[in-house]
Amino acid sequence: MLIRFWGSRGSIPTPLGYRSVRNKVRDAIVAARGHQLDTPEAVDNFIAKELPFSTSSTYGGNSSCVEIEAGGDEYVLCDVGSGVREFGNALIAKHGPAKKSRFNIFLSHTHWDHIMGFPFFTPSYIPGNVIRIHGCHSAMRDVFIRQQSNPCFPIDFRALGATIEFVELEPGRSYEIDGLSVKAIRQNHPSDSYGFRFTKNGKSMVYSTDSEHKFDVLTENYPFVEFFRDADLLIFDAQYSLADQISIKEDWGHSSNMVAVELAQLSRVKHLVMYHHEPMFDDKMIEKVLGETRRYAEINGSPNKLTVTSAYDGLEIVI
Amino acid sequence: MEIGERRDGDILILSPAGRIDNDTSPAFQTRLLAALAPGAAVLVDFSSVQYISSAGLRALMMGSKQAKASKGRLAVAALGLVVKEIFEISRFSMVVEVFGTTADALAALR
Repeated sequence: MLIRFWGSRGSIPTPLGYRSVRNKVRDAIVAARGHQLDTPEAVDNFIAKELPFSTSSTYGGNSSCVEIEAGGDEYVLCDVGSGVREFGNALIAKHGPAKKSRFNIFLSHTHWDHIMGFPFFTPSYIPGNVIRIHGCHSAMRDVFIRQQSNPCFPIDFRALGATIEFVELEPGRSYEIDGLSVKAIRQNHPSDSYGFRFTKNGKSMVYSTDSEHKFDVLTENYPFVEFFRDADLLIFDAQYSLADQISIKEDWGHSSNMVAVELAQLSRVKHLVMYHHEPMFDDKMIEKVLGETRRYAEINGSPNKLTVTSAYDGLEIVI
Repeated sequence: MEIGERRDGDILILSPAGRIDNDTSPAFQTRLLAALAPGAAVLVDFSSVQYISSAGLRALMMGSKQAKASKGRLAVAALGLVVKEIFEISRFSMVVEVFGTTADALAALR
């Protein structure tokens, strides 16, 4: 199973401004002093090995969208935030517009940052494509129609060329979709959100974003421990610091890096991917939080070893 | 968990020992909230605490909220290296007053 991140940012897309790009260039030039960089290979090697990720790259600015490649004939996506625009463009660049495809989209919830990319998802305009949007919210269709209605958008949802179907799922029930076993869980978020666990050939990935965990004490009885149990990969909403999560941003529907680590370790998750990055954070801050989170996983005394990664647009993980 | 306590004038000093985690945070929270009577000044001496989890930090947050609501004061002091790191990771230094030593904290609370 290959997991590919097309959008990792929370709440709103956050493009890099000119000043951020300029600062990265400056930092790279300063770091290059004294290095022998007289071939393209030497430069590539320097970028890969000497520069921090926050200088050489970016965690990205697109809102939620993750692709799952699991060997099926159809495409599988979680959420259609602004990242789905790039997914659609990449697909058409690779295969051309004539290739007819089927898409399964699993929708965590209908907040704007998780659906805003759909009007720019080029395959939705192409007759012959089939798009199934799976989720646990009964209002999915209405929300997609409203998003593409006057005066918000010039092209009405009903004018899209693809066949678009909405499939309501029941939390807790297992479904077989394009060779994947899928189960949903209700999450604590304003108007609810849903996490999804995908399993195939003994490998499991959990997509759990926009979920606030408000336990007083974390025990084995907490429902998410069972839902996350032994997952090979857990994509987890770690937007806030713990202090923010339980004070000024309490009940905003998001979680923290510390809770992510504790839940992942108690559930014996192998690989935690921090997701839905705070839009106020620049690349250096996300990198700092990643370092701190890895450190917390080491010092908290858990016997369960945990790999921790921070999602970025373009990240691919094979499980 | 053992929670020692003593007084320095009007200031109550709580001294938990060991790990404040899922097993022990309920007892810590109960003791802390009981100590934070209206107008009370409470100092938590962390010098014998080896670790604090999110549950323990939640207890501190509840204490901080109760202290603010009841015109009391809550401070912590003498964090060990690991606990200090966890305060930084959690950004809890912005939630409660943190002092290097109990003497510094007592001077500030008086």
